[in-house]
Amino acid sequence: MRKLVQNAAFTVFWMAGLGAVLIMLSVVGYVVFKGFADITPEFFTTSPRGGLSGEGGIQSTIITTVYLVVLTLLVATPLGVGAGIYLVEYADQARSGFMKRITSAARFGVETLAGVPSIIFGLFGYALFVTALKLGFSLASAALAGSCLIIPVIIRTTEEALKAVPDSYREGSLALGASRWETIWKVILPSAFPGITTGIVLGAGRIVSETAIFFVTLGGSYRTPTSLLASGRSMALHVYYLAMETRAFDKAMATAAVLVVLVILMNLSINMISRRITRDTR
Amino acid sequence: MEQVRLTTRDYSLFYGEFRALNRISLSIPANRITAFIGPSGCGKSTLLRSFNRMNELIPGVRTEGTVLLDEGDIFREDVVNLRKRVGMVFQRPNPFPKTIYDNVTYGPRVHGMKNRSKLAAIAEESLTRAALWDEVKDQLHKSAMALSGGQQQRLCIARAIAVSPEVILMDEPASALDPVATIKIEELMNSLKEKYTIVIVTHNMQQAARVSDFTAFLLTDENRAGNMVEFGPTNRIFTSPSDRRTEDYITGRFG
Repeated sequence: MRKLVQNAAFTVFWMAGLGAVLIMLSVVGYVVFKGFADITPEFFTTSPRGGLSGEGGIQSTIITTVYLVVLTLLVATPLGVGAGIYLVEYADQARSGFMKRITSAARFGVETLAGVPSIIFGLFGYALFVTALKLGFSLASAALAGSCLIIPVIIRTTEEALKAVPDSYREGSLALGASRWETIWKVILPSAFPGITTGIVLGAGRIVSETAIFFVTLGGSYRTPTSLLASGRSMALHVYYLAMETRAFDKAMATAAVLVVLVILMNLSINMISRRITRDTR
Repeated sequence: MEQVRLTTRDYSLFYGEFRALNRISLSIPANRITAFIGPSGCGKSTLLRSFNRMNELIPGVRTEGTVLLDEGDIFREDVVNLRKRVGMVFQRPNPFPKTIYDNVTYGPRVHGMKNRSKLAAIAEESLTRAALWDEVKDQLHKSAMALSGGQQQRLCIARAIAVSPEVILMDEPASALDPVATIKIEELMNSLKEKYTIVIVTHNMQQAARVSDFTAFLLTDENRAGNMVEFGPTNRIFTSPSDRRTEDYITGRFG
Protein backbone atom coordinates (compact mmCIF):
# COMPACT_ATOMS: atom_id res chain seq x y z
CA MET A 1 0.00 0.00 0.00
CA ARG A 2 2.70 2.45 1.02
CA LYS A 3 4.66 1.48 -2.03
CA LEU A 4 1.62 2.17 -4.19
CA VAL A 5 1.18 5.64 -2.70
CA GLN A 6 4.84 6.34 -3.23
CA ASN A 7 4.69 5.23 -6.85
CA ALA A 8 1.57 7.31 -7.47
CA ALA A 9 3.21 10.37 -5.90
CA PHE A 10 6.35 9.92 -7.95
CA THR A 11 4.31 9.57 -11.13
CA VAL A 12 2.47 12.82 -10.39
CA PHE A 13 5.73 14.67 -9.71
CA TRP A 14 7.32 13.18 -12.80
CA MET A 15 4.39 14.27 -14.96
CA ALA A 16 4.50 17.77 -13.45
CA GLY A 17 8.20 17.99 -14.15
CA LEU A 18 7.76 16.71 -17.66
CA GLY A 19 4.91 19.17 -18.25
CA ALA A 20 7.00 22.11 -17.09
CA VAL A 21 9.91 21.11 -19.30
CA LEU A 22 7.62 20.57 -22.28
CA ILE A 23 5.97 23.97 -21.91
CA MET A 24 9.35 25.66 -21.69
CA LEU A 25 10.76 23.73 -24.63
CA SER A 26 7.74 24.47 -26.79
CA VAL A 27 7.93 28.22 -26.09
CA VAL A 28 11.64 28.40 -26.81
CA GLY A 29 11.37 25.93 -29.69
CA TYR A 30 8.45 27.75 -31.31
CA VAL A 31 10.15 31.14 -31.11
CA VAL A 32 13.52 29.87 -32.26
CA PHE A 33 12.19 27.75 -35.16
CA LYS A 34 9.70 30.29 -36.35
CA GLY A 35 12.11 33.16 -35.87
CA PHE A 36 15.18 31.62 -37.43
CA ALA A 37 13.31 30.97 -40.67
CA ASP A 38 13.41 34.73 -41.33
CA ILE A 39 16.95 35.42 -40.18
CA THR A 40 19.46 36.37 -42.84
CA PRO A 41 22.88 38.02 -42.49
CA GLU A 42 21.28 41.30 -43.62
CA PHE A 43 18.90 41.06 -40.67
CA PHE A 44 21.82 41.81 -38.37
CA THR A 45 23.51 44.41 -40.53
CA THR A 46 20.59 46.68 -41.45
CA SER A 47 18.54 48.88 -39.21
CA PRO A 48 14.75 49.07 -38.99
CA ARG A 49 13.25 51.47 -41.49
CA GLY A 50 10.18 52.33 -39.46
CA GLY A 51 6.66 52.55 -40.78
CA LEU A 52 3.82 50.06 -40.66
CA SER A 53 5.50 47.42 -42.79
CA GLY A 54 8.27 46.92 -40.23
CA GLU A 55 10.95 46.52 -42.84
CA GLY A 56 14.65 46.35 -42.17
CA GLY A 57 16.83 44.46 -39.74
CA ILE A 58 17.79 44.93 -36.10
CA GLN A 59 21.26 46.45 -36.21
CA SER A 60 20.41 49.67 -34.39
CA THR A 61 18.47 47.77 -31.72
CA ILE A 62 21.44 45.50 -31.04
CA ILE A 63 23.68 48.54 -30.66
CA THR A 64 21.13 50.26 -28.43
CA THR A 65 20.86 47.13 -26.27
CA VAL A 66 24.64 47.00 -25.84
CA TYR A 67 24.80 50.72 -24.97
CA LEU A 68 21.98 50.30 -22.51
CA VAL A 69 23.51 47.28 -20.77
CA VAL A 70 26.94 48.88 -20.51
CA LEU A 71 25.61 52.21 -19.24
CA THR A 72 23.30 50.57 -16.73
CA LEU A 73 26.04 48.33 -15.36
CA LEU A 74 28.40 51.30 -15.10
CA VAL A 75 25.92 52.95 -12.74
CA ALA A 76 24.50 49.90 -10.98
CA THR A 77 27.61 47.78 -10.36
CA PRO A 78 29.57 50.15 -8.11
CA LEU A 79 26.44 51.17 -6.19
CA GLY A 80 25.07 47.63 -5.84
CA VAL A 81 28.35 45.93 -4.98
CA GLY A 82 29.28 48.78 -2.65
CA ALA A 83 25.97 48.56 -0.82
CA GLY A 84 26.30 44.77 -0.52
CA ILE A 85 29.80 45.11 0.94
CA TYR A 86 28.60 47.77 3.35
CA LEU A 87 25.66 45.66 4.56
CA VAL A 88 27.66 42.48 5.16
CA GLU A 89 31.12 43.67 6.13
CA TYR A 90 30.39 46.89 7.99
CA ALA A 91 26.75 47.27 9.01
CA ASP A 92 26.48 43.73 10.40
CA GLN A 93 29.42 44.48 12.68
CA ALA A 94 27.68 47.58 14.01
CA ARG A 95 27.12 47.70 17.74
CA SER A 96 24.59 50.49 18.12
CA GLY A 97 20.90 49.65 18.01
CA PHE A 98 20.24 52.64 15.77
CA MET A 99 22.61 51.36 13.05
CA LYS A 100 21.09 47.91 13.30
CA ARG A 101 17.61 49.30 12.71
CA ILE A 102 18.81 51.33 9.71
CA THR A 103 20.45 48.22 8.31
CA SER A 104 17.44 45.99 8.68
CA ALA A 105 15.27 48.71 7.14
CA ALA A 106 17.69 48.91 4.21
CA ARG A 107 17.61 45.13 3.82
CA PHE A 108 13.82 45.08 3.88
CA GLY A 109 13.79 47.81 1.26
CA VAL A 110 16.18 45.89 -0.98
CA GLU A 111 14.11 42.74 -0.75
CA THR A 112 10.88 44.57 -1.49
CA LEU A 113 12.37 46.43 -4.44
CA ALA A 114 13.68 43.18 -5.91
CA GLY A 115 10.07 42.03 -6.26
CA VAL A 116 8.54 45.24 -7.63
CA PRO A 117 7.28 45.03 -11.25
CA SER A 118 9.55 46.79 -13.69
CA ILE A 119 6.86 49.19 -14.91
CA ILE A 120 6.84 50.77 -11.44
CA PHE A 121 10.52 51.58 -11.85
CA GLY A 122 9.57 52.81 -15.33
CA LEU A 123 6.99 55.23 -13.95
CA PHE A 124 9.44 56.42 -11.31
CA GLY A 125 12.10 56.88 -13.99
CA TYR A 126 9.63 58.73 -16.19
CA ALA A 127 8.66 61.10 -13.41
CA LEU A 128 12.19 61.73 -12.15
CA PHE A 129 14.66 61.34 -15.01
CA VAL A 130 12.53 61.96 -18.11
CA THR A 131 10.39 64.81 -16.75
CA ALA A 132 11.81 66.39 -13.60
CA LEU A 133 15.49 66.17 -14.57
CA LYS A 134 14.56 66.93 -18.20
CA LEU A 135 16.61 64.07 -19.62
CA GLY A 136 13.73 63.19 -21.94
CA PHE A 137 13.28 59.77 -23.50
CA SER A 138 16.93 58.87 -23.68
CA LEU A 139 19.68 56.35 -22.99
CA ALA A 140 20.52 58.33 -19.86
CA SER A 141 16.97 58.11 -18.46
CA ALA A 142 16.72 54.44 -19.37
CA ALA A 143 20.09 53.53 -17.88
CA LEU A 144 19.29 55.36 -14.63
CA ALA A 145 15.84 53.73 -14.36
CA GLY A 146 17.36 50.36 -15.31
CA SER A 147 19.95 50.80 -12.57
CA CYS A 148 17.19 51.28 -10.00
CA LEU A 149 15.71 48.01 -11.27
CA ILE A 150 18.85 45.89 -11.01
CA ILE A 151 20.64 47.45 -8.03
CA PRO A 152 18.55 45.34 -5.61
CA VAL A 153 19.47 42.21 -7.58
CA ILE A 154 23.17 43.08 -7.44
CA ILE A 155 23.00 43.98 -3.74
CA ARG A 156 21.38 40.66 -2.88
CA THR A 157 23.75 38.48 -4.88
CA THR A 158 26.73 40.43 -3.52
CA GLU A 159 25.46 39.88 0.01
CA GLU A 160 25.01 36.16 -0.61
CA ALA A 161 28.47 35.87 -2.16
CA LEU A 162 30.09 37.69 0.77
CA LYS A 163 28.23 35.65 3.36
CA ALA A 164 29.47 32.48 1.65
CA VAL A 165 33.10 33.49 2.32
CA PRO A 166 34.16 31.57 5.47
CA ASP A 167 34.76 33.71 8.56
CA SER A 168 38.04 31.88 9.02
CA TYR A 169 39.43 33.90 6.08
CA ARG A 170 38.44 37.15 7.79
CA GLU A 171 39.96 36.01 11.10
CA GLY A 172 43.12 34.79 9.41
CA SER A 173 43.65 38.09 7.66
CA LEU A 174 42.81 40.29 10.67
CA ALA A 175 45.06 38.20 12.90
CA LEU A 176 47.97 39.02 10.59
CA GLY A 177 47.40 42.70 11.27
CA ALA A 178 45.45 43.51 8.12
CA SER A 179 42.85 46.24 8.47
CA ARG A 180 39.20 45.53 7.81
CA TRP A 181 39.44 47.20 4.39
CA GLU A 182 42.61 45.30 3.40
CA THR A 183 40.88 42.09 4.42
CA ILE A 184 37.88 42.91 2.24
CA TRP A 185 39.95 44.04 -0.72
CA LYS A 186 42.62 41.33 -0.72
CA VAL A 187 40.87 38.25 0.65
CA ILE A 188 37.08 38.55 0.75
CA LEU A 189 36.36 40.17 -2.61
CA PRO A 190 38.60 37.79 -4.62
CA SER A 191 36.84 34.84 -2.97
CA ALA A 192 33.40 36.32 -3.55
CA PHE A 193 34.20 37.48 -7.08
CA PRO A 194 32.47 34.64 -9.00
CA GLY A 195 29.29 35.10 -6.96
CA ILE A 196 29.30 38.85 -7.47
CA THR A 197 29.86 38.37 -11.20
CA THR A 198 26.81 36.12 -11.28
CA GLY A 199 24.75 38.97 -9.83
CA ILE A 200 26.06 41.41 -12.42
CA VAL A 201 25.28 39.01 -15.29
CA LEU A 202 21.80 38.43 -13.84
CA GLY A 203 21.32 42.20 -13.82
CA ALA A 204 22.52 42.46 -17.42
CA GLY A 205 20.01 39.75 -18.34
CA ARG A 206 17.23 41.78 -16.75
CA ILE A 207 18.19 44.84 -18.82
CA VAL A 208 18.27 42.80 -22.03
CA SER A 209 14.85 41.28 -21.45
CA GLU A 210 12.82 44.04 -19.74
CA THR A 211 10.41 45.99 -21.94
CA ALA A 212 7.89 48.04 -19.98
CA ILE A 213 10.44 50.06 -18.01
CA PHE A 214 12.20 51.15 -21.20
CA PHE A 215 8.95 51.88 -23.00
CA VAL A 216 8.49 54.85 -20.67
CA THR A 217 12.14 55.92 -20.35
CA LEU A 218 14.00 55.03 -23.53
CA GLY A 219 11.23 56.03 -25.91
CA GLY A 220 11.22 54.10 -29.15
CA SER A 221 13.36 55.67 -31.84
CA TYR A 222 14.56 53.00 -34.24
CA ARG A 223 17.70 54.96 -35.07
CA THR A 224 21.07 54.26 -33.53
CA PRO A 225 21.47 56.64 -30.58
CA THR A 226 24.26 59.16 -31.07
CA SER A 227 24.36 60.64 -27.59
CA LEU A 228 23.36 59.91 -24.00
CA LEU A 229 20.33 62.11 -24.50
CA ALA A 230 19.16 60.30 -27.66
CA SER A 231 16.16 58.01 -27.64
CA GLY A 232 16.53 54.43 -28.81
CA ARG A 233 15.02 51.00 -28.94
CA SER A 234 16.41 47.91 -27.22
CA MET A 235 15.78 44.52 -28.84
CA ALA A 236 13.03 43.59 -26.41
CA LEU A 237 11.36 46.92 -27.02
CA HIS A 238 11.70 46.39 -30.76
CA VAL A 239 9.85 43.08 -30.47
CA TYR A 240 7.04 44.91 -28.73
CA TYR A 241 6.86 47.67 -31.36
CA LEU A 242 6.97 45.20 -34.24
CA ALA A 243 4.25 43.04 -32.76
CA MET A 244 1.90 45.86 -31.75
CA GLU A 245 2.44 48.57 -34.34
CA THR A 246 3.46 46.87 -37.58
CA ARG A 247 2.37 44.00 -39.75
CA ALA A 248 5.82 42.36 -39.52
CA PHE A 249 5.02 39.63 -37.04
CA ASP A 250 7.70 37.44 -38.66
CA LYS A 251 10.33 40.09 -37.93
CA ALA A 252 9.12 40.26 -34.31
CA MET A 253 9.56 36.50 -34.10
CA ALA A 254 13.03 36.66 -35.61
CA THR A 255 14.10 39.38 -33.18
CA ALA A 256 12.61 37.37 -30.32
CA ALA A 257 14.60 34.33 -31.43
CA VAL A 258 17.85 36.30 -31.31
CA LEU A 259 16.87 37.62 -27.89
CA VAL A 260 16.08 34.12 -26.59
CA VAL A 261 19.44 32.79 -27.78
CA LEU A 262 21.20 35.76 -26.16
CA VAL A 263 19.47 35.17 -22.82
CA ILE A 264 20.28 31.45 -22.97
CA LEU A 265 23.95 32.30 -23.59
CA MET A 266 23.97 34.64 -20.61
CA ASN A 267 22.46 31.97 -18.36
CA LEU A 268 25.03 29.46 -19.58
CA SER A 269 27.77 31.88 -18.63
CA ILE A 270 26.28 32.10 -15.10
CA ASN A 271 26.33 28.30 -14.91
CA MET A 272 29.97 28.31 -15.92
CA ILE A 273 30.80 30.88 -13.27
CA SER A 274 29.03 28.95 -10.53
CA ARG A 275 30.73 25.74 -11.59
CA ARG A 276 34.01 27.57 -11.19
CA ILE A 277 32.98 28.52 -7.66
CA THR A 278 32.29 24.94 -6.64
CA ARG A 279 35.52 23.75 -8.21
CA ASP A 280 37.61 26.41 -6.48
CA THR A 281 36.24 25.85 -3.02
CA ARG A 282 36.68 22.11 -3.17
CA MET B 1 63.63 34.07 37.15
CA GLU B 2 62.11 33.75 33.69
CA GLN B 3 61.77 36.78 31.48
CA VAL B 4 58.06 37.57 31.17
CA ARG B 5 56.48 38.29 27.79
CA LEU B 6 52.73 38.47 28.49
CA THR B 7 51.08 39.47 31.72
CA THR B 8 47.44 39.64 32.78
CA ARG B 9 46.39 41.31 36.01
CA ASP B 10 42.85 40.87 37.36
CA TYR B 11 41.75 40.46 33.78
CA SER B 12 38.03 39.84 33.24
CA LEU B 13 36.07 39.57 30.00
CA PHE B 14 32.34 39.98 29.54
CA TYR B 15 29.97 39.03 26.73
CA GLY B 16 27.32 41.65 27.45
CA GLU B 17 26.40 40.94 31.09
CA PHE B 18 27.91 37.47 31.13
CA ARG B 19 31.33 37.19 32.76
CA ALA B 20 33.35 34.71 30.69
CA LEU B 21 36.72 35.26 32.35
CA ASN B 22 37.03 36.09 36.03
CA ARG B 23 39.98 38.14 37.32
CA ILE B 24 42.76 36.19 35.72
CA SER B 25 46.34 36.99 36.70
CA LEU B 26 49.24 35.18 35.14
CA SER B 27 52.67 35.78 33.65
CA ILE B 28 53.71 33.99 30.50
CA PRO B 29 57.47 33.50 30.18
CA ALA B 30 59.31 34.48 27.02
CA ASN B 31 60.64 31.81 24.68
CA ARG B 32 58.72 29.07 26.37
CA ILE B 33 55.63 27.10 25.43
CA THR B 34 52.72 27.77 27.74
CA ALA B 35 49.65 25.56 27.54
CA PHE B 36 46.10 26.46 28.60
CA ILE B 37 44.16 23.36 29.56
CA GLY B 38 40.68 22.85 30.94
CA PRO B 39 37.28 21.43 30.03
CA SER B 40 35.21 22.84 27.14
CA GLY B 41 33.76 26.27 27.83
CA CYS B 42 36.27 27.14 30.57
CA GLY B 43 37.40 30.22 28.68
CA LYS B 44 40.85 29.07 27.60
CA SER B 45 40.30 30.06 23.94
CA THR B 46 38.78 33.37 25.02
CA LEU B 47 41.84 34.05 27.17
CA LEU B 48 44.13 33.15 24.26
CA ARG B 49 42.24 35.44 21.88
CA SER B 50 42.59 38.28 24.37
CA PHE B 51 46.31 38.56 23.68
CA ASN B 52 45.78 39.70 20.07
CA ARG B 53 42.41 41.31 20.79
CA MET B 54 40.51 39.01 18.46
CA ASN B 55 37.60 39.04 20.92
CA GLU B 56 36.89 42.59 19.82
CA LEU B 57 35.38 41.21 16.61
CA ILE B 58 32.46 39.95 18.68
CA PRO B 59 29.90 42.70 19.36
CA GLY B 60 29.24 43.40 23.03
CA VAL B 61 32.59 42.26 24.42
CA ARG B 62 33.99 44.29 27.31
CA THR B 63 37.10 43.80 29.42
CA GLU B 64 38.41 44.84 32.82
CA GLY B 65 41.91 44.65 34.22
CA THR B 66 45.25 44.78 32.47
CA VAL B 67 46.99 42.80 29.76
CA LEU B 68 50.62 43.65 29.09
CA LEU B 69 52.87 42.65 26.22
CA ASP B 70 56.39 43.16 27.53
CA GLU B 71 55.71 46.34 29.50
CA GLY B 72 53.04 47.86 27.26
CA ASP B 73 49.27 47.85 27.75
CA ILE B 74 47.87 45.98 24.71
CA PHE B 75 44.62 47.94 24.81
CA ARG B 76 46.56 51.16 24.29
CA GLU B 77 48.57 49.76 21.41
CA ASP B 78 47.43 50.12 17.81
CA VAL B 79 45.61 46.87 17.06
CA VAL B 80 47.37 46.40 13.69
CA ASN B 81 50.74 46.70 15.36
CA LEU B 82 49.69 44.42 18.21
CA ARG B 83 48.65 41.68 15.79
CA LYS B 84 51.94 42.07 13.98
CA ARG B 85 53.70 41.34 17.27
CA VAL B 86 51.27 38.63 18.37
CA GLY B 87 50.49 36.14 15.60
CA MET B 88 47.83 33.46 15.66
CA VAL B 89 47.24 29.96 14.33
CA PHE B 90 43.67 28.69 14.36
CA GLN B 91 41.99 25.41 15.15
CA ARG B 92 41.13 24.63 11.54
CA PRO B 93 43.83 25.37 9.00
CA ASN B 94 42.61 28.51 7.23
CA PRO B 95 44.88 29.26 4.29
CA PHE B 96 43.46 31.85 1.91
CA PRO B 97 42.31 30.52 -1.48
CA LYS B 98 45.51 31.85 -3.03
CA THR B 99 48.87 30.37 -3.94
CA ILE B 100 51.25 29.10 -1.27
CA TYR B 101 53.58 32.03 -1.99
CA ASP B 102 50.76 34.60 -1.73
CA ASN B 103 49.68 33.07 1.56
CA VAL B 104 53.11 33.34 3.17
CA THR B 105 53.80 36.83 1.88
CA TYR B 106 50.31 38.15 2.68
CA GLY B 107 51.32 39.61 6.05
CA PRO B 108 54.51 41.38 4.90
CA ARG B 109 52.70 42.79 1.85
CA VAL B 110 49.84 44.09 3.98
CA HIS B 111 52.42 45.82 6.14
CA GLY B 112 53.79 47.58 3.09
CA MET B 113 56.69 45.47 1.84
CA LYS B 114 56.92 45.55 -1.97
CA ASN B 115 60.50 44.46 -2.67
CA ARG B 116 60.17 41.15 -4.55
CA SER B 117 63.50 39.64 -3.58
CA LYS B 118 62.94 40.48 0.10
CA LEU B 119 59.49 38.90 -0.08
CA ALA B 120 60.91 35.78 -1.70
CA ALA B 121 63.55 35.57 1.03
CA ILE B 122 60.89 35.93 3.73
CA ALA B 123 58.80 33.22 2.07
CA GLU B 124 61.70 30.80 1.99
CA GLU B 125 62.78 31.57 5.53
CA SER B 126 59.27 31.30 6.97
CA LEU B 127 58.46 28.08 5.14
CA THR B 128 61.78 26.61 6.24
CA ARG B 129 61.12 27.52 9.87
CA ALA B 130 57.67 25.95 9.55
CA ALA B 131 59.30 22.74 8.21
CA LEU B 132 57.36 23.01 4.98
CA TRP B 133 59.92 24.38 2.52
CA ASP B 134 61.22 21.04 1.22
CA GLU B 135 57.70 19.83 0.51
CA VAL B 136 56.47 22.90 -1.34
CA LYS B 137 59.52 24.65 -2.81
CA ASP B 138 58.64 23.41 -6.32
CA GLN B 139 54.98 24.37 -6.13
CA LEU B 140 55.00 27.80 -4.50
CA HIS B 141 52.65 29.12 -7.15
CA LYS B 142 50.07 26.40 -6.77
CA SER B 143 46.92 26.84 -4.72
CA ALA B 144 47.33 26.36 -0.99
CA MET B 145 43.98 24.58 -0.97
CA ALA B 146 45.58 21.57 -2.66
CA LEU B 147 47.83 20.87 0.35
CA SER B 148 46.98 18.27 2.99
CA GLY B 149 45.49 19.41 6.31
CA GLY B 150 48.82 19.10 8.12
CA GLN B 151 50.66 20.99 5.39
CA GLN B 152 47.97 23.69 5.41
CA GLN B 153 48.43 24.13 9.16
CA ARG B 154 52.20 24.42 8.78
CA LEU B 155 51.57 26.95 6.00
CA CYS B 156 49.42 28.94 8.44
CA ILE B 157 52.29 28.81 10.93
CA ALA B 158 54.67 30.02 8.22
CA ARG B 159 52.21 32.79 7.37
CA ALA B 160 52.18 33.88 11.02
CA ILE B 161 55.99 33.73 11.26
CA ALA B 162 56.41 35.83 8.12
CA VAL B 163 55.50 39.07 9.92
CA SER B 164 58.20 38.35 12.58
CA PRO B 165 55.98 38.24 15.63
CA GLU B 166 57.23 37.95 19.20
CA VAL B 167 54.40 35.69 20.29
CA ILE B 168 52.50 32.96 18.43
CA LEU B 169 49.09 32.00 19.79
CA MET B 170 47.86 28.56 18.82
CA ASP B 171 44.22 27.63 19.33
CA GLU B 172 44.11 23.82 19.36
CA PRO B 173 46.36 23.80 16.29
CA ALA B 174 46.38 20.02 15.90
CA SER B 175 42.82 19.09 16.82
CA ALA B 176 41.75 18.83 13.16
CA LEU B 177 44.84 16.82 12.17
CA ASP B 178 45.79 13.15 12.12
CA PRO B 179 48.39 11.79 14.61
CA VAL B 180 51.34 11.98 12.19
CA ALA B 181 50.59 15.59 11.28
CA THR B 182 50.07 16.33 14.98
CA ILE B 183 53.54 15.06 15.87
CA LYS B 184 55.02 17.26 13.14
CA ILE B 185 53.29 20.33 14.55
CA GLU B 186 54.51 19.48 18.06
CA GLU B 187 58.10 19.05 16.88
CA LEU B 188 57.79 22.31 15.03
CA MET B 189 56.62 24.11 18.17
CA ASN B 190 59.66 22.87 20.00
CA SER B 191 62.00 24.29 17.40
CA LEU B 192 60.07 27.57 17.26
CA LYS B 193 60.31 28.43 20.94
CA GLU B 194 63.92 29.42 20.53
CA LYS B 195 62.75 32.50 18.66
CA TYR B 196 59.13 32.95 19.72
CA THR B 197 56.97 32.81 22.79
CA ILE B 198 54.26 30.24 22.19
CA VAL B 199 50.90 30.00 23.90
CA ILE B 200 48.79 26.99 23.03
CA VAL B 201 45.24 26.00 23.91
CA THR B 202 44.71 22.27 23.90
CA HIS B 203 42.08 19.74 24.83
CA ASN B 204 44.66 17.04 24.78
CA MET B 205 46.45 16.69 28.11
CA GLN B 206 49.12 14.39 26.74
CA GLN B 207 49.89 17.09 24.22
CA ALA B 208 50.16 19.72 26.94
CA ALA B 209 52.45 17.42 28.92
CA ARG B 210 54.57 16.62 25.85
CA VAL B 211 55.15 20.08 24.43
CA SER B 212 54.69 22.72 27.07
CA ASP B 213 57.04 24.18 29.65
CA PHE B 214 54.31 25.87 31.65
CA THR B 215 50.66 25.00 32.10
CA ALA B 216 47.66 27.00 33.20
CA PHE B 217 44.56 25.10 34.29
CA LEU B 218 41.24 26.91 33.86
CA LEU B 219 37.86 25.90 35.16
CA THR B 220 34.40 27.44 35.26
CA ASP B 221 32.95 28.44 38.60
CA GLU B 222 29.31 28.14 39.68
CA ASN B 223 28.44 31.20 37.53
CA ARG B 224 30.03 29.60 34.44
CA ALA B 225 32.79 32.21 34.51
CA GLY B 226 36.28 30.97 33.62
CA ASN B 227 38.76 31.07 36.49
CA MET B 228 42.40 30.14 36.54
CA VAL B 229 42.87 27.43 39.09
CA GLU B 230 46.59 26.90 38.87
CA PHE B 231 49.60 27.98 36.88
CA GLY B 232 53.12 26.60 37.00
CA PRO B 233 55.84 24.54 35.34
CA THR B 234 54.23 21.73 33.40
CA ASN B 235 56.04 18.90 35.15
CA ARG B 236 54.93 20.19 38.54
CA ILE B 237 51.32 20.68 37.42
CA PHE B 238 51.23 17.16 36.06
CA THR B 239 53.09 15.42 38.89
CA SER B 240 52.15 17.32 42.03
CA PRO B 241 49.36 19.81 41.42
CA SER B 242 48.62 21.95 44.44
CA ASP B 243 44.90 22.19 43.78
CA ARG B 244 42.58 19.21 44.16
CA ARG B 245 40.56 20.21 41.06
CA THR B 246 43.68 20.22 38.90
CA GLU B 247 44.53 16.74 40.07
CA ASP B 248 40.99 15.53 39.39
CA TYR B 249 41.09 16.93 35.88
CA ILE B 250 44.54 15.64 35.03
CA THR B 251 43.79 12.17 36.30
CA GLY B 252 40.68 12.15 34.14
CA ARG B 253 38.07 12.23 36.89
CA PHE B 254 36.08 14.84 34.92
CA GLY B 255 36.20 17.01 31.80
